[in-house]
Amino acid sequence: MTAPQIEIQLIAAIVAAACALPGAFLVLRRMALISDAISHAMLLGIVVGFFLTEDLNSPLLILGATLTGLLTALLVELLHRTGLVREDAAIGLVFPALFSIGVILISRYAGSVHLDTDVVLLGELAFAPFDRVVVAGWDIGPKGLYAGGVILLINAALIALFYKELKLATFDPGLAAALGFSPAAIHYGLMGVTSLTAVGAFDSVGAILTVALFIAPAAAAYLLTDDLARMLFLSVGLGVAAALSGYWLAFLLDASIAGSMATMAGVIFGLAWCFAPERGLVAAARRRARQRWEFAQRMLAIHLLNHERQPGAEPELQVEHLWQELRWDREFATRVVSLAEGRGLITRQNGRLELTDRGRLLAEESLLA
Amino acid sequence: MALALPDLAPDYTLRTVALGAMLLGLSSGVVGTYAVLRRESLLGDAMSHAALPGIALAFLLTHSKESALLLAGAVAAGWLGALLVSAITRTTRVKLDTALGLILSVFFGFGLVLLTFIQKQPDASQAGLDRFLFGQAASLLRRDVMVMGAGTVAVLLAVLLLWKEFKLLVFDPDFARVLGLRVRLLEVILTSMIVLAIVVGLQTVGVVLMSAMVVAPAAAARQWTDRLGLMVLLSALFGVVAGMSGALISSLTPRLPTGPTIVLAVSGLVLVSLLFAPNRGLVWNWARERGRRGQVRAEGMLRQLAALAEHHGSLEHGHPSAVLRASGWSPEQVEHVLHDLESAGYVRQVGADRWAITAAGMARVRPAAEAENAGDAPARPAASGTEVTGEGQP
Repeated sequence: MTAPQIEIQLIAAIVAAACALPGAFLVLRRMALISDAISHAMLLGIVVGFFLTEDLNSPLLILGATLTGLLTALLVELLHRTGLVREDAAIGLVFPALFSIGVILISRYAGSVHLDTDVVLLGELAFAPFDRVVVAGWDIGPKGLYAGGVILLINAALIALFYKELKLATFDPGLAAALGFSPAAIHYGLMGVTSLTAVGAFDSVGAILTVALFIAPAAAAYLLTDDLARMLFLSVGLGVAAALSGYWLAFLLDASIAGSMATMAGVIFGLAWCFAPERGLVAAARRRARQRWEFAQRMLAIHLLNHERQPGAEPELQVEHLWQELRWDREFATRVVSLAEGRGLITRQNGRLELTDRGRLLAEESLLA
Repeated sequence: MALALPDLAPDYTLRTVALGAMLLGLSSGVVGTYAVLRRESLLGDAMSHAALPGIALAFLLTHSKESALLLAGAVAAGWLGALLVSAITRTTRVKLDTALGLILSVFFGFGLVLLTFIQKQPDASQAGLDRFLFGQAASLLRRDVMVMGAGTVAVLLAVLLLWKEFKLLVFDPDFARVLGLRVRLLEVILTSMIVLAIVVGLQTVGVVLMSAMVVAPAAAARQWTDRLGLMVLLSALFGVVAGMSGALISSLTPRLPTGPTIVLAVSGLVLVSLLFAPNRGLVWNWARERGRRGQVRAEGMLRQLAALAEHHGSLEHGHPSAVLRASGWSPEQVEHVLHDLESAGYVRQVGADRWAITAAGMARVRPAAEAENAGDAPARPAASGTEVTGEGQP
């Protein structure tokens, strides 16, 4: 790996980690689409800021664009509060308008500034290593690394500092409000952090794909754990994994790095969706199958229990009889019988089934429940 | 509309553009009504972004620039996106907003990977796939417009044939289920219609902003009416007006991308509707609120004067306005209210700054005072509520 390659991966990983932290709260608080609105709409702030400062990493631009993000959240809320449109429609009305103004400004003044629609969509991660920080003649690394690093630190520090408050406000907003934590302060605090992070990520992955870095790792982590702290660490880990694997996918295909990162984030979510230990599709299917067999064995035990008390019910205890009585097909019945036998619930003598003590206990328990 | 077109747009390109934009506004306006009423505004956002990889894949597989083929890819991918959103929300605890954001950004990211991959291919030029990002009305050909027309006709036919069913689905899906309607099937048809409408607009508005064309005309139309039929018509009209004006302005101005221009046009319509629509509009509401406040003040003043008159046992005794100031009222407001009441004949001036209630005023206060205990809850404007459920039903 060459030095620029390592630097690009570092920047990508840091940006992904910075996005994943607020992303976890966005997913939990059902505000994922507000992050979509913010990251679209702040394009306007970035364009205007860029016209004024001519520097994508200028603190003024970052401040202005962050405020645009907050303004978007505020506008959505105000529009929703009028009672004239619902929240989903409010989101869908606000950000396209702001984003459109941004795109028109870029198209009108493209050429005179170094910012075009490709940057909007893709960022310019591939060029990030060329934009260096030079202190007293010493080259101390690419700017993007520092910008991303600072934002990551801010996010991590804020979450560490307000961890309890965020946790409470996320899982029990009523109690949090009753205890005196202002829901508005927490909401707009989170929106502010999201905006700041989106500005930082914009440079690397573009306006639209920041949404993938916010949501996908956090959503995957949400399927993997029930513990908030673990979910935060997992989100960061999965975000970094998406960034690094995305970089190499882009390298292989000679395609957009940001797009590949988003794609890999989606693949990671897909893997979690299928293979999550408890909530995954595979785990759910296996659980269903296990329950089916378990249920069948209990049915068998109950059936035998019912008939062993009746005199003259001898035919009921024959294996051949099961498939008629319980409406099981022969293959299924054989399988259930051998499973139950293996577990020591029943014994079999010349085709006649008899409950063991264990089987009788299970049947009685099942009937009581 | 079709008759006016030749005059409006004499040259071939402009006529094609105008026609394309009209179809776009028509189909997304109609479909958007249902999406907005069913709170699925942002499903369109996810599906339009999801269409991008479909377009790119269709091109990669066929190397054809035929828009019917590319749009078929878009339909397939948009459909897959919608399917995944519903599968994710059904089989996991991930909520709808997260599922939408996830599908939107991941599909779009994958689309961009394919687009950049196509760009690097030596044999295939980019095929102008860029135009699908922010839309380019000027690139529309007559053939494209025919494809769009077919999509629009399909959407309109579905709405006409399934009018009652969709109405029930929007306002009372449970009742629809009880009646034995196949709700799941209807939902699938509605989703397909949203996909179709999005695809009709893709070339003009682009994948990034197409969702606005689904949401905005319907949200604007909703402010003007409580009836579904009228809302569909208005929404289609707003869509057509915004689409045509935006597309024509952008075609006639250099370096003005079509999609954003159309979105700004439709956003303007939304703003006007939110402010000025009768009954629901903010300005209307504000004026009504102001009128009501004045009425409450006048009522209070009259009661105060009536109490004073009863205390003194005479209608002749005047009171200075300073005495009549309730907490929080400025002297100007008191003067204003008194003069209003005077011109209504409920109050008269019996000397310099001396005010007394008239017999008519007493008569007006009496029934009001009796009714006071019966229930004095302030009446809230029902029209400003957000719920549409039930409205517009026969």
